[in-house]
Amino acid sequence: MSIEHLILRVVIKIMFAPILLFALYVQFHGDFGPGGGFQAGVIFAVAFILHALIMGLDETKRVLPVGALKVLMVAGFLFYAGTGVATMLLGGNLLGYDAIDPASTHHAGQHYGILLVEFGVGMAVSSTMVMIFYQFAGREPEIRDEDW
Amino acid sequence: MEAGLSNASILIDLSLLTMLVIVAFVMVRSRHLFVIVLLSGIYSLLSAAFFVSLDAVDVAFTEASVGAGVSTVLMLGAMLLTVRREKPTRTGRTPIAIVVVTLVGSALIYATFDMPAYGDGASPANSYMGEVYIDRTAKEIAVPNIVTAVLASYRGFDTLGETMVIFTAGLGVILLLGAGSVRGGKAVKDVKEEGQE
Repeated sequence: MSIEHLILRVVIKIMFAPILLFALYVQFHGDFGPGGGFQAGVIFAVAFILHALIMGLDETKRVLPVGALKVLMVAGFLFYAGTGVATMLLGGNLLGYDAIDPASTHHAGQHYGILLVEFGVGMAVSSTMVMIFYQFAGREPEIRDEDW
Repeated sequence: MEAGLSNASILIDLSLLTMLVIVAFVMVRSRHLFVIVLLSGIYSLLSAAFFVSLDAVDVAFTEASVGAGVSTVLMLGAMLLTVRREKPTRTGRTPIAIVVVTLVGSALIYATFDMPAYGDGASPANSYMGEVYIDRTAKEIAVPNIVTAVLASYRGFDTLGETMVIFTAGLGVILLLGAGSVRGGKAVKDVKEEGQE
């Protein structure tokens, strides 16, 4: 078994978990600092894209199959829309998060609502980005050495 | 101290903008697609730095992760499917082009004289709705980041549409490049190759 790009392989193995952790931090810290679902989703996707670039697409597809991505794409959007429908069922407007916790004096409902929709955004964005990458990269398996 | 700081920030802004212009010119002149894709990543990173210097950290974050990160990788992936060099085009230098460019450029520069000064509290962007959001976010939403409050709560319906747009973009790529095709997402060979087999 030949090991190409050994340094890159070691680096991505070390970096993979911290990138995911940073994405989660950006995801759930969005209402206190810069960031939110869009940025977190992209960073989350970048971890898998880097993995696919260096380990090869088939290796990444074993971790994150195309079928799972399709489900996640739809689930992310439905999670967002579902939050809106839930607030309506609770007696508020569409995406009127105060309905989630109407008794709260410090708008806890808004916090929950923002976290929920940002989670939906993150899920939809990350799975869509990885999916688009799969589609482009799947047509030619590896970057040739002279392209580096 | 105050004057020294503002001088430094003007210097940073000017050097970032100069680098943006240089990168843009090199991108226009270059015919090597690999170089152009990498330069577009550099362009995004420079504009992200510029947004930080304008205190728009949320925009800078998005530009850095989406523009410099993911779209560069996606462009590389797309570029691998095509040739490495742009076809050389011999376009004769027509005088009408330079006239149009000069006219539009001077009109744009003339229009900037009417723009409010940077950081002007009375500018349209800072009064009206901007002011309303700043006043009401602490009372109504109670999250420290006003950008998130506007994005996810006040304009939650817009963001729902944006998520839909991203989902649709992904769907379009799947349909065009064939994950859901009868091939079942297998590598697509050239038609000619298949004919020879």
